[in-house]
Amino acid sequence: MKWWLPAPASTFAGPIDGMFTAILIITGLAFVLVESGLIWFVFKYRGRPGQKGYYTHGNTRAEYIWTAVPAVVCVGLAIVSNHYWKQIKGRDSVPPDAYPIKVHAKQFEWLFTYPGPDGKLGTADDIVDVRNKLHVPVGRPVVLQEEAEDVIHSVFIPVFRLRQDAVPGMNIRSWFIATVPGEYDLACSQLCGMGHYKMHAKVTVQSQADFDAWLAKAAQGDIE
Amino acid sequence: MTTVAGTPGVGHTHHDDRPFIRKYIFSTDHKIIGIQFLFVSLFFLLVGGLLAMQIRWQLGFPNQPMPGGKLLPETMAPDGVILPEYYIQLVTMHGTFMVFFAIMPLLVGVYANFLIPLKLGAHDMAFPRINMASFWAALLAGLVMLSSLFVPEGAARAGWTMYAPLSARPDLSGAGLGQQLWCVAIILLGLSSILGSLNYITTVINMRAPGMTWFRMPLSIWALFITAILGLLALPVLSGAAIMLLFDQTIGTHFFDPAAGGQALLWQHLFWFFGHPEVYILILPAMGMVSDMIANGSRKPIFGYHSMVFAIIGIAFLGWIVWGHHMFVSGMNPTLGSTFMVTTMIIAVPSAIKTFNWLGTMWRGNLRFHVPMMHAVGFVAMFVIGGLSGIFMAATPVDMHIHDTYFIVAHIHYVLFGGSLFALFGAITFWYPKMFGRLMHEGWGKVHFWLTMLFYNLTFFPMHILGMAGHMRRIYDPTMYDFLKPYQPLNHFISISAFLLFAVQAIFALNFIISLFRGAKASMNPWQDNGLEWTLPNPAPHGNWAEVPRVYRGPYEYSHPDTTEDFLPQSQKLPGDPEPAAASAAGH
Repeated sequence: MKWWLPAPASTFAGPIDGMFTAILIITGLAFVLVESGLIWFVFKYRGRPGQKGYYTHGNTRAEYIWTAVPAVVCVGLAIVSNHYWKQIKGRDSVPPDAYPIKVHAKQFEWLFTYPGPDGKLGTADDIVDVRNKLHVPVGRPVVLQEEAEDVIHSVFIPVFRLRQDAVPGMNIRSWFIATVPGEYDLACSQLCGMGHYKMHAKVTVQSQADFDAWLAKAAQGDIE
Repeated sequence: MTTVAGTPGVGHTHHDDRPFIRKYIFSTDHKIIGIQFLFVSLFFLLVGGLLAMQIRWQLGFPNQPMPGGKLLPETMAPDGVILPEYYIQLVTMHGTFMVFFAIMPLLVGVYANFLIPLKLGAHDMAFPRINMASFWAALLAGLVMLSSLFVPEGAARAGWTMYAPLSARPDLSGAGLGQQLWCVAIILLGLSSILGSLNYITTVINMRAPGMTWFRMPLSIWALFITAILGLLALPVLSGAAIMLLFDQTIGTHFFDPAAGGQALLWQHLFWFFGHPEVYILILPAMGMVSDMIANGSRKPIFGYHSMVFAIIGIAFLGWIVWGHHMFVSGMNPTLGSTFMVTTMIIAVPSAIKTFNWLGTMWRGNLRFHVPMMHAVGFVAMFVIGGLSGIFMAATPVDMHIHDTYFIVAHIHYVLFGGSLFALFGAITFWYPKMFGRLMHEGWGKVHFWLTMLFYNLTFFPMHILGMAGHMRRIYDPTMYDFLKPYQPLNHFISISAFLLFAVQAIFALNFIISLFRGAKASMNPWQDNGLEWTLPNPAPHGNWAEVPRVYRGPYEYSHPDTTEDFLPQSQKLPGDPEPAAASAAGH
């Protein structure tokens, strides 16, 4: 058991884990400040009979400070968030040469369609409806084209820090670059019915050569 | 409208001859209605807790027979083993009961009713009969919701957020009648909240006692007033959405069904347009009552009263333009996501202001740690954690990873349990003497506080770790996933902590019930508080005051230099205090 984020396996993990750590440090400081202040006051100002409190209604300068400091920090975080958000999720962030894979989600399985040798989806050589197996080449941009048949599902690959809902009636693109070869979990993270908990797929990140070999076999109907 | 003005002497009322049924059951007295809400919502709090225990059993001990599970029918738990279809009913109904039938009525139904007239010096609410209708609509809504657990196929199964199209299509969710009853109950609850809100707003605007100016109102009343405005504007949206959903389920409309030209994301926009103001409905009254209790316990004026009021108003305003932060990964336009991210970051500021002002109030105080004060300080300590963890989710890139995981389960419980429920334990103890004339037991109250604080943190803090690992919400069996298997010991630990957390609530329940009959008789003002309600005898009579009190100052004049006592009630005239203009004709 690890008390931290999962081992990273995509290029998104860098900025996302970095932001997570930065926010943890900032909120950690705020947490220590407030909680230690609270505990200190609890002991220091504990009531004594016959005494009174200090009669004051506040302090304008203090109010300005503790309004301005959180405001500046939060706006700063918003600027940094937006910078990475545009790189990760922006509509025009998908690299033009990204390798397309269609994801068709339905209760309670994932069907992946890979382009054939022509590298394009929607043509006759597509390898269609590979069930619960997502294979991707390492180090190359991949774009998932997500659609849902019945209800809302969500592609979640923890090691990639990738999550995108698949919504009926919509075609949503979601891209990533896998960085570490290996076998990982893909889970549905949007409650999609009784079998939601078992709607999972295996993700295999492999070298381009291994991926091509797997795809050739898959074209013959052998997806193991 | 009730009129008792002119009856000489406080406490003498001519209403004591009302028959039992009018006095305690079909009562129009705002205090009785508040107490009715208290009993009913504590019952639903227990129901929500029992559902949570079953969720924790399945997560901590997957696929093992649950103790007492054999009492459940075959359709829920054959041989005591929880079924997946029952599990998603459990998560759906736990959220539904806790949000709509426990926390919301406990904060608003109980305390808006009980406190607004008492703290403003009014005889009753502006519309006592509408007030009574609001309670009965809420009770009916709760019973309809409860009954849905017992219909064939069981209760609703789409999560308390009821995302369409799953919720709209019985063929896909597997529950027909249960889903419909959910909609009917929510529509009834919406009616109750709208009626209640109208009443609270009218009462606050029109029925303040002479001298009770806007900026002499206690922060609890400010918070309840702003909450009522949020409720009046937000609940119709939920009710409308629930009606659309009910039509989709029953009469063949397709609002949310894309296959027939509907829009799946429309439900989410409607639900969260209601749902985010709702989140503040569930915390603002708690913040207000905590402000009252902290000033009382610190024996000091509240620090920065005006900025506290403006922070409440600011939260309420910003609360309307942050709903999209629930939808960053929903397929909503990412540029819209940026907008909602910025507003969400900004809404952290008023909450920070409030936290620092509570600290400022305690600073150089003469702190009295009665049970309400302990819970109020506990509220601040826990709310800080829930507030800060929200920043992780507000940061859109980080939300990609932690959205829909146990990180958000931890967050919402730090705000709604560590926040709202701690405030409520404090509030129940604080106003108990004015409701029932007796005090709850101090020692057992403290034992309950410390044990709750301990097991609460042991239950919910580790959920952050699960969420970081990617543990999804609402999954029946986490051991299905290789990446979650190593975390099963933590799930086990959380479940045991949750059982203990639930068990120690028995202390509170017993203290509450036994004190009704055996508690020490309370004096008129046991906490030496400044509020107008403490000038009434215990329990406060129907119609409250024979003569409307006059208000000479704000509610937080503790440790005033001109008095020997360390408190100065709002209605106590000091030499030199000008008589208030009798502008506001309270209760007439």
